[in-house]
Amino acid sequence: MRALSWAYLAVAYAFVFLPVVVLVAFSFQDGRLPVPPFQGFTLDWYGRVLGERDLMEALVNSALVAAVSSLIALILGFLAAHALARVRLPGSVLMRGVLIAPMTVSYLIIALGLLTLFNQAGVRLSLWTAGVGHVVINLPLCFAITYAAMGDQQRNAERAARDLGAPEWKVLALVSAPMLAAPLAAAFFLSVTFSWDEFIIAFLLTRFDVTLPVEIWSMLRSGISPATNAVGSLVFLVSVTLVILLEVFVFRRAK
Amino acid sequence: MTAGVSIRAVTQRYGSALALDAVDLEIAAGEFVVLLGPSGCGKTTLLNIIGGFAEPTSGSVLIGGRDMAGVAPKDRPTTTVFQDYALFPHMTLAENVGFGLRMRGVSRAARDAKAEEMLALVGLEGRAARRPHELSGGQRQRVALARALAVEPDVLLLDEPLGALDLKLRRAMQDELKAIQRRVGTTFVHVTHDQEEAMAIADRIVVMNGGRIADVGPPRELYLRPKSLFSAGFMGEVNKVPVKGGAAAFGPVAVPDGVLCIRPEAISEGGRLRIGPCRVVETVFFGTYLRAHVAPLAAPDLRLVVHLPQGAEVAAGAVMDLGAQDFTVLEA
Repeated sequence: MRALSWAYLAVAYAFVFLPVVVLVAFSFQDGRLPVPPFQGFTLDWYGRVLGERDLMEALVNSALVAAVSSLIALILGFLAAHALARVRLPGSVLMRGVLIAPMTVSYLIIALGLLTLFNQAGVRLSLWTAGVGHVVINLPLCFAITYAAMGDQQRNAERAARDLGAPEWKVLALVSAPMLAAPLAAAFFLSVTFSWDEFIIAFLLTRFDVTLPVEIWSMLRSGISPATNAVGSLVFLVSVTLVILLEVFVFRRAK
Repeated sequence: MTAGVSIRAVTQRYGSALALDAVDLEIAAGEFVVLLGPSGCGKTTLLNIIGGFAEPTSGSVLIGGRDMAGVAPKDRPTTTVFQDYALFPHMTLAENVGFGLRMRGVSRAARDAKAEEMLALVGLEGRAARRPHELSGGQRQRVALARALAVEPDVLLLDEPLGALDLKLRRAMQDELKAIQRRVGTTFVHVTHDQEEAMAIADRIVVMNGGRIADVGPPRELYLRPKSLFSAGFMGEVNKVPVKGGAAAFGPVAVPDGVLCIRPEAISEGGRLRIGPCRVVETVFFGTYLRAHVAPLAAPDLRLVVHLPQGAEVAAGAVMDLGAQDFTVLEA
C-alpha cells in the first residue's frame, strides 16, 4: 500500500513535470531539431538566444509590464479590500462579487473586450494597453488575497493609530500595509508570474513592442528549433525563481 | 495635561435598541473614574463616544469645556488603551510609544527620548528596541499605556485594559495603574466589569445598567450606602430582605418600608439591628472568613449569607443569635 502511494506520487509529478523536463533537456540539444534522439550537449542555443536583440527587448518589456501592472493591481486591490473590509456599505456583497468576477472570465474574452474598447476610444496598442489587460486579470487576485488576510488585529491597530492622531493615508501606509506585508508580497509575486507568462492578452493588445510570450510565439511560426526550447527554459527559470523567492522570503517568514 | 469631561443627556440608539439613555455625568480634571457594569450596560459605548469612535444619537460631550461634536478621534485630546492592546507588531517598542508624537511632527530624537521616558514610567526601561511579540501580556499592556500617555492627552480612556490578564497580574497592574495616574495627573476613564478592580483604583465609580447610570460615588460610599438595588448587588454580595409595615420576615425592624440590604460581613452576634436566633445551614471556609448560610428560626425559608470571623468554630445545625451592624434600606 505504501509503495503504491509512492508510485502514485511519482506518476503525478511525472505527469506535471515531464513536459518541462523534456523542454529543458532538448534546449541543450546539439542538433537542429529539439526531438529525440539526444545528440549531445551544447550551450550554443542559449548563446544564440541571449544574443538576439528582439528576444532580449521582449524580455525587458515583459519584466516592465509584469512589474508595473502588478504594482498597480496590488495598490488598487489593497485599497478596495481595505475599504470593503472596514466600511459597511449598501451592496458590499455585490461589490465584492463584481471585483472578483473577472477571475472567472476567460482571458480571451477580456482581451477582445479591451481591444474593442481601445479601438473605439482611439487608444493605440502598446505595452501600456497590455499592462491594462494584466491589471484587469490580476486585480481580482490581489483583492482576494489581501481581503482574506484582513482581520481584527489590523482593524484594532488601525483604530489605535487613528486615536493617536494618524490621518487616513498614514494609517494605510504605516499600519495597515506593513501589517499585511506577507499577503501583499504574495499577491504581488503571483501577479508578476501570471503577467510574465500571459499570452492571449499580450498578443491581442500589443503591436510593435511585444512581450516575451508573444515574441516566442512568432519564433514558433518559423518552425521549432532548440532555440525556442532555450527561451522557454529561461522563462520557466524566471517563474521558478519568483516562486522560490516567494516561498523563502514571504511564506517562511510569515510562520 | 488634564481636563474634565461633561457628558450631557447622551443617548445612543442602535436601530431600536437603546444603548445609552440620556446619560449625564460630570468628570473632574485629574479624576480616576471607573465605569462599572455588566456586559451590555452601555459602559463601552459611553467610552467610545468620549473617544470619538461613535457619535451619540443625541446629547453632547464636552472635554475641557470644548464641545466634541463632529471632532474625529485623531483631533480629540483623548487617547485610548484598548483591551487587546492593539500594538503595532511591525514596530519596535520605541516606535510604538513614539507613534503619536510622530503624527504630531515631533523629531525622531525627541520621540525616542520621550519613548524611553514613558517606557521607564511603566517599568520597561531599556527595552525600546524590542518588538511586541517578545513581550508577555502584562508587558504589552504597559506598552499600550505608555503609547497612549506619550502624547500627554487630557483624558486617557481605558477599555477593560486588564481584562486579558490573569487574576494575580491584574491585581498587581491595578496598583500600578493607580500609581501612574497619580504621577501624571491625567483624567482616567476606565471601563471594567470587575467590581474589585473598580474599588481598587477608582476615585469615583459609576455603576451602569441598561444604558443608565445606576449609582455614582466613591468606592466606600457605593459599597456601604448604595443608592440602588442594582448597585448594591453589583458591588458585592448582599442579603435583601423586604420590609413592610415595620416588619421583615424574621420579625419587627425599626426601618422604613423597602428592601433591607445587609452585607454578609455586617452580620454578627453583636449587631444593633437584631435578626434573632438563626440556625446555621452550611459553612464553607474561605480563608479570610467563614462563609455561612443561616436561616432565622422565625423565618425558616429565608436564607442569609453571613461572613463569620476566620476563627469561628461553627458547625451546621448550631443556633446563633445574630444582628446587623450596618445596613441600608432601598426602595423596592
